Amino acid sequence: MQTFDLDAQGLRALNSTLHGLRGQTNQTVWDVVNPKGAHSIAVGLDAPIDLTVHGSTGYYCAGMNKQATVRIKGSAGPGVAENMMSGTVIIDGDASQYAGATGNGGLLVIKGNASSRCGISMKGIEIVVHGNIGHMSAFMAQSGAMVVLGDAGEALGDSLYEARLYVRGSVKSLGADCVEKPMRAEHLEQVADLLQRGEAEHLARPEDFKRYGSARKLYTFNIDNAGEY
Amino acid sequence: MCGIVGLFLKDPALEPQLGALLTDMLITMTDRGPDSAGIAIYGRPTDGQAKLTVQSADPARDFATLADDLGRAVGATITAEIKDTHIVLDLPAPALDAARAALRTLRPDARVMSAGEGIEIYKEVGLPRDVAARFDLARMTGTHGIGHTRMATESAVTTMGAHPFSTGPDQCLVHNGSLSNHNSVRRTLRAAGMTFETENDTEVAAAFISHKLHEGSALGAAMEATLTDLDGFFTFVVGTKNGFGVVRDPIACKPAVMAETDQYVAFGSEYRAMVGLPGIETARVWEPEPATVYFWER
Repeated sequence: MQTFDLDAQGLRALNSTLHGLRGQTNQTVWDVVNPKGAHSIAVGLDAPIDLTVHGSTGYYCAGMNKQATVRIKGSAGPGVAENMMSGTVIIDGDASQYAGATGNGGLLVIKGNASSRCGISMKGIEIVVHGNIGHMSAFMAQSGAMVVLGDAGEALGDSLYEARLYVRGSVKSLGADCVEKPMRAEHLEQVADLLQRGEAEHLARPEDFKRYGSARKLYTFNIDNAGEY
Repeated sequence: MCGIVGLFLKDPALEPQLGALLTDMLITMTDRGPDSAGIAIYGRPTDGQAKLTVQSADPARDFATLADDLGRAVGATITAEIKDTHIVLDLPAPALDAARAALRTLRPDARVMSAGEGIEIYKEVGLPRDVAARFDLARMTGTHGIGHTRMATESAVTTMGAHPFSTGPDQCLVHNGSLSNHNSVRRTLRAAGMTFETENDTEVAAAFISHKLHEGSALGAAMEATLTDLDGFFTFVVGTKNGFGVVRDPIACKPAVMAETDQYVAFGSEYRAMVGLPGIETARVWEPEPATVYFWER
């Protein structure tokens, strides 16, 4: 196990060391201590390592992640796991705004609450939030899935494309072109799988969730509106 | 981008450390706002006394005999402490308005930073570390305080454009964001009798709240009104004699984190501003909700 003291060794040393780990490595387990809310911790990883940050992080922790598992033993600042490609990011506390924004793949688990714009413009990432999500979450979400065990704030899924949104609690309001849709067997199966991988199978049952998706009126060409384009 | 810090002490045992704690928080927010910095610090008021904090670009000229000159003009005993470009005048509370008026004649180039029973405001252009050192902020004591590091967007980088802005007795406001309707709100407030020192958007927000308080609104209601009457992006932290308040616009894209323990309530634009506070590891830490007013008063 490798331990890295961010206070003593500095952010650039941490990230350049981690960027040096390409492909297979024997240094697979990393502990980062004294994060003290620093920005850009463990961004741009591209190796199958398991890294734990012992404390809360600032902006953009684990951004652009590939392959790695990043665990945050605290809360995360804005833009955590932004544009993640693959791998897993697990946050024990809360996540600030635009968690998982534009994510292409991988799994983001937030065990507390996420604030506004969670999963904005997501493109394939899977997000499991044990608590609530704030306003404008999944705005223009293109693909992927989001499972929320708590409540959703205003304008959920505004201008949504093909991402699937599952919310157990209340939804304050739906955004433009976002509608509730029936839960079929395939959706129950998807939620069960995400609850299990999101360390939440003991907290909720798939049948307690409602599904929200795109009405497909906003982004599909409609010949009747040709004059408007 | 700007940085905001705030600290409201519940435990009097921490009061001797207020300046030191706030200074560390302020310096941590340097990269959110390296062009100017300011702090409003509230000390325990002395019965019957008030404080007038005045800034001058030429302190040697303006401050040398200021306390005596003002004292003669208003017929009161006034004592002074000079801190770099600022002077804190201690005077009987009933003489405060007369002293402000006399200052305009006696020292036309000097600017009032704050007036009230507890408040002192210090602000200047420069890196937060340098500004804090010039005023020896780390040695100040008090019950609560608010600090700001500025990255200017709406108006010039000047001392008067730095935050906090004070537009009423013992009141101040700091802001992260930008307002789009400040010109029209300023016109309305001018018509209602408010005066302005700058073209800055934040000064309008401060005056808006001061005007509401002057009209009889409670602090919470005055802050609530910013949500309907001010257009733009904002996280405001407001200071009064008894406490401080926080409000974010409904979009809430300007960051805000709060922490509370038995000893204090703290505000930071980012969590890292608060990592040096005692007991932060076990504090309740949360993000204030959009369009929601929070305040703490003693």
